Amino acid sequence: MTLALALVVAVLFGIGTYLMLQRTLTRVIFGLVIMSHGANLLLQLAGGRAGEPPLVEEDSPATIVGMDGAGVFVDPLPQALALTAIVISFGVTAYLLAMAYRSWVLHDSDEVEDDVEDRRIARMSPTTADTEGDIT
Amino acid sequence: MIVLPIALPLLAAAVSLLVSRWRWVQRAISLLTCTATVVLATVILLRADAETALVSQLGGWPAPFGITLIADRFGAIMLLISTIMILVVLVYALGQLDDEREFRLHFHPVYLVLSAGIAASFLTGDLFNLFVAFEVMLIASYVLITLGADKGQVRSGMTYVVINLLASTLFVTAVALIYAATGTVNLAHLAVRLAELPDGLRTAFGYLLLVIFGVKAGIFPLFFWLPDSYPTAPAPITALFAGLLTKVGVYTLIRTQTLLFPHDGAPSLVILVIAGLTMLIGVLGAIAQNDIKRILSFHIISQIGYMIFGLGLFTLAGIAGAVYYVIHHIVVKTSLFLVGGMIETGTGSGALSKLGGVARRAPVLGLLFLAAALSLAGLPPFSGFVAKLALVQEGLNLNHGGIVAVSLLVSLLTLFSMTKIWGGAFWGKPEDVKGRVRADERPLRLKLNPLMLGATTALVGLSVVISVAATPLYALSERAAETLVERDPYIDAVLGPAGVARR
Repeated sequence: MTLALALVVAVLFGIGTYLMLQRTLTRVIFGLVIMSHGANLLLQLAGGRAGEPPLVEEDSPATIVGMDGAGVFVDPLPQALALTAIVISFGVTAYLLAMAYRSWVLHDSDEVEDDVEDRRIARMSPTTADTEGDIT
Repeated sequence: MIVLPIALPLLAAAVSLLVSRWRWVQRAISLLTCTATVVLATVILLRADAETALVSQLGGWPAPFGITLIADRFGAIMLLISTIMILVVLVYALGQLDDEREFRLHFHPVYLVLSAGIAASFLTGDLFNLFVAFEVMLIASYVLITLGADKGQVRSGMTYVVINLLASTLFVTAVALIYAATGTVNLAHLAVRLAELPDGLRTAFGYLLLVIFGVKAGIFPLFFWLPDSYPTAPAPITALFAGLLTKVGVYTLIRTQTLLFPHDGAPSLVILVIAGLTMLIGVLGAIAQNDIKRILSFHIISQIGYMIFGLGLFTLAGIAGAVYYVIHHIVVKTSLFLVGGMIETGTGSGALSKLGGVARRAPVLGLLFLAAALSLAGLPPFSGFVAKLALVQEGLNLNHGGIVAVSLLVSLLTLFSMTKIWGGAFWGKPEDVKGRVRADERPLRLKLNPLMLGATTALVGLSVVISVAATPLYALSERAAETLVERDPYIDAVLGPAGVARR
């Protein structure tokens, strides 16, 4: 596994996680997209070292690249898996964007709102009773 | 043969979209397809029970290279019970959904795709294909949970979609890591190869999959999305999701933990602790709620705890108990939500503070609710009693008194919370929605849709059958657990007995 690519995966996951913890819907969606890029890249890395040909030549020994990275061709299966995963995340992202737009149309804001019932239950607790004004 | 429960609904969904102008044709296609899959699933279960497992290699590629479909006893049981639920809820939905939701927003095609996704999750024998099946099921569920897209649905639907997408992304990550370590995604092949990995690495994979499927199943502490998002959907859809979708998570949990990470009969303390907390937190959450659907949603979580409890014991009897519990729970939970939906449609509200006197206004509903609620709490002679007895007995046999005590306490709290619904909604003076007591005191009959009533009655009837036929059903669960615990029948069925590709 190439170190540079492994670092890229780590950075993508980091950015994705950070964005997903935001309250704005568009940022959450961007976070998900970036994180799924990270996952897809990781799937690529599972196939073997970058730069090896994805083909088996006639005289090449038929060993799949293991974790030691000593092989002559890249396993093509993870690439097929990644392709499938990319298509799925594309479709879901489109759906999410439509939802975010709908939410913006209905609420006029891009923020994730509190659950009404959760707020009601939070008010029942004595510890939050005096800060009730802040919650509602 | 076992590809049909997946292919048929997908095909029907496409046809259904084409004929969306003719409403009766659309309804007929959905009904016919769902009935056909029930028949198919029955045949598959009978054959799988006789032959241990039915295997089909898609495209004729041999096991570790191609995609494997496999129906072992557990998978076939789940397939049959899920197809029955899908059929019953479809009938209920025909009575409940308005024209706008049913036809203009394309309920029928999406529902059929959901059915295909659920069947695929139960039948697949391939880790990546399981991810694809999940996605097919989830994308259909995203659409159904936001059907109509009003304010509440969009808000809570967003939580549901985002949390499930996060779990899916983690799933892809797990597949990548597992593939890098073992070089295969076939479940049977993984069962062989994972055993050769260092212990630490294997445990890490085990917990990674536990987290991913735990999100789908709604175990502690990953359940928070569930009670927020389920209650906002239309009643039949909430009922189906409550009954089935989390149980798909439980199914994959049981499948992967038993097949890929065998404990050799030693109980897993981590899973047992999670099970206890899931039960307790779920039921405590239910007590604080005021809305029928929300109370029931929290009960899903606490019930999931019981199934995980059976899994955590990792013995034949424990897993058999879990399998029987899943069967019982799917039927009972779905029927409770269907009754709740009928109360809501009839009176216009699901809030306990606004309801009252439903038992007088519609005695049938009271009867149906009572049978299902007592079964959920685990009172004899209902099916919940058999399921809980099996788990408690095995827990005591293995000297896990703590978890048994928790499970009994939770049963009691479940009963308490059911009496809360009973007292709030069924007893008292008949009120209209605004909370005013009707002046004439005459018990005003609720108008009940015959389709909805019929579907719910059939389901409650089925739960009675489950408790009456407990002996053969439990024997079946035991045979299913046997295949799960022994593992070899499953692996042999996929890879061949001597194992061409045993390595």
